[in-house]
Amino acid sequence: MTTVINTPGIPGRDGSGHPHGLDVIDPHRIRQDFPILRQEVNGKPLVYLDNAATTQKPQAVIDAISNYYLHNNANVHRGVHTLSQRATDDYEAGREAVRRFINAPDANEVIYVRGTTEGLNLVASSYGRRYFKAGDEVIITGMEHHSNIVPWQILGKEIGIRLRVVPFNDDGELLMDQYETMLNDRTRMVSVVHQSNALGTVNPIPEMVELAHARGIHVMVDAAQSVPHMPVDVQALGADFLTFSGHKMYGPTGIGALWGRAELLDDMPPYQSGGEMIRSVTFEETIYNTLPHKFEAGTPDIAGAIGLGAAVEYLESIGMERIAAYEQALLRYGTEKLRDIEGVRLIGTAEEKGGVLSFHMEAAHPHDIGTILDAEGVAVRTGHHCAQPVMARYGIPATVRASLAFYNTTDDIDALVKAIDRVIEVFG
Amino acid sequence: MASLPDNPDALYGDVIMEHYRSPRHRRRLERPDAEAEEFNPFCGDRANLQLQLAKAASKVAVIAGVSAVAEGCSIIQASASLLADGVHGRTVDEASDLSQLFRDLMQGKPLPPVALEELGELSALEVVRQYPVRVKCALLPWVALEEGLRRLNRR
Ligand SMILES: Cc1ncc(COP(=O)(O)O)c(C=O)c1O
Repeated sequence: MTTVINTPGIPGRDGSGHPHGLDVIDPHRIRQDFPILRQEVNGKPLVYLDNAATTQKPQAVIDAISNYYLHNNANVHRGVHTLSQRATDDYEAGREAVRRFINAPDANEVIYVRGTTEGLNLVASSYGRRYFKAGDEVIITGMEHHSNIVPWQILGKEIGIRLRVVPFNDDGELLMDQYETMLNDRTRMVSVVHQSNALGTVNPIPEMVELAHARGIHVMVDAAQSVPHMPVDVQALGADFLTFSGHKMYGPTGIGALWGRAELLDDMPPYQSGGEMIRSVTFEETIYNTLPHKFEAGTPDIAGAIGLGAAVEYLESIGMERIAAYEQALLRYGTEKLRDIEGVRLIGTAEEKGGVLSFHMEAAHPHDIGTILDAEGVAVRTGHHCAQPVMARYGIPATVRASLAFYNTTDDIDALVKAIDRVIEVFG
Repeated sequence: MASLPDNPDALYGDVIMEHYRSPRHRRRLERPDAEAEEFNPFCGDRANLQLQLAKAASKVAVIAGVSAVAEGCSIIQASASLLADGVHGRTVDEASDLSQLFRDLMQGKPLPPVALEELGELSALEVVRQYPVRVKCALLPWVALEEGLRRLNRR
């Protein structure tokens, strides 16, 4: 295996005719780690291209979860017995792994949540209720997942805050000058998606943070689609909160993480209440536990946290730089192939984008495309991808979305292209 | 769970494709007696139905005018077109019965030969059952029909 790492985003070709970067990973070796990929669907080898919805799990993650249940199952932070100690150690080791992975300064700033949705709700609810008042503004973008729209809207109804939306151009790139003029004295928070799940656009977080911080405004980042596919360093991004889901980064469902600056989290009221988040309770008064436990009420998803830790270690063993370089190369390969098909219109063509190929065909509705692709063993997502405002922006009800992972190959892209050819045969 | 048929294109047979490409009864009615619309927010599918009754001397009123407009995939469009063909000329009660038959077909209830005959060209949609996620596409215009029939009855 070569150790050359190509810079993502720079197109080019090597002697084999493939774009640079495809040689940084041997996907056939990687695929050995993912048992689920070794199967046929509808008589065809499974081509799994729905990674933005959820990713498959490597054996290492499956083993970590079953090892916990087979040998170490106990509640955490509660008992002095051996199993409880082991469970607690592994649970906290997962937190430390997450801290390292996103380069957070302190593991106590890493809060386990159910996923991105809960991370966003936690901040909207806890930070929002603490600091927002009527007339305040929150800035989001036109390409947010519903989970970064609705929690703010609900707050809007309760408190009277106003949601401002940064528009984007036809390629799916934010209009930064408009963002800049939206920032004002009433702005209390900027909450923005790092990589759009519907378009693939990677937004310029450091630049957005800088502009916001210049006015003392905090920034929340929805990193559901970035953390699994590129190196993410919370200190380099400069953000104040960042959240992501385990299941989109080759870990289990039901677990994710919210990172936030300790000084902000310390000042915020708890999100839920009960066990674990409490230091002492009398019927008159409750003293909350310290970070991160203040935000982890009740028995947590222990197996999930351990599985998340295993997913982080697995990704580290390959290296996020390499993963990003490989997926960029595969994206370029796929983009060229799809561009060559007449009648296919790519939705989301930003300069900076991740491994998402969203497209629309005049000849056939996304449902019909999805059904024919499935018959060919190709799994993609069809629909609005929980981003209805994005669909509205392009005047279409839905798209077909193929989303990449580092276990995908150029063969997978070729299978997608062949399946699209079938669509054209039937509907063309 | 039903597996897909050997021929992946079975879903896109002649009758469905014909009604998808040239849907019938799309012209809007000037004075409908009832109108109903159904929408599936998950995929943006939409079906709008208009119904008009006419009474021949000493007879029960029949659906003499029908307009069915569907937006979405081939299945919803074909279903709307076949529905319009199917209810045209029937009484409200007969149209209700047809709707029930069609639901039975989609839910995989065993139907006697006379029922299949009653469904006529509509039985071409039976293949949709093998694609469970698509059944709701086929049913959406019928949900609109049932609402339209209720509105006719309430008049
Ligand atoms: C950009 C983005 N934000 C938020 C979410 C919500 O993630 P989850 O459903 O894991 O909470 C998703 C997942 O679809 C996403 O892609």
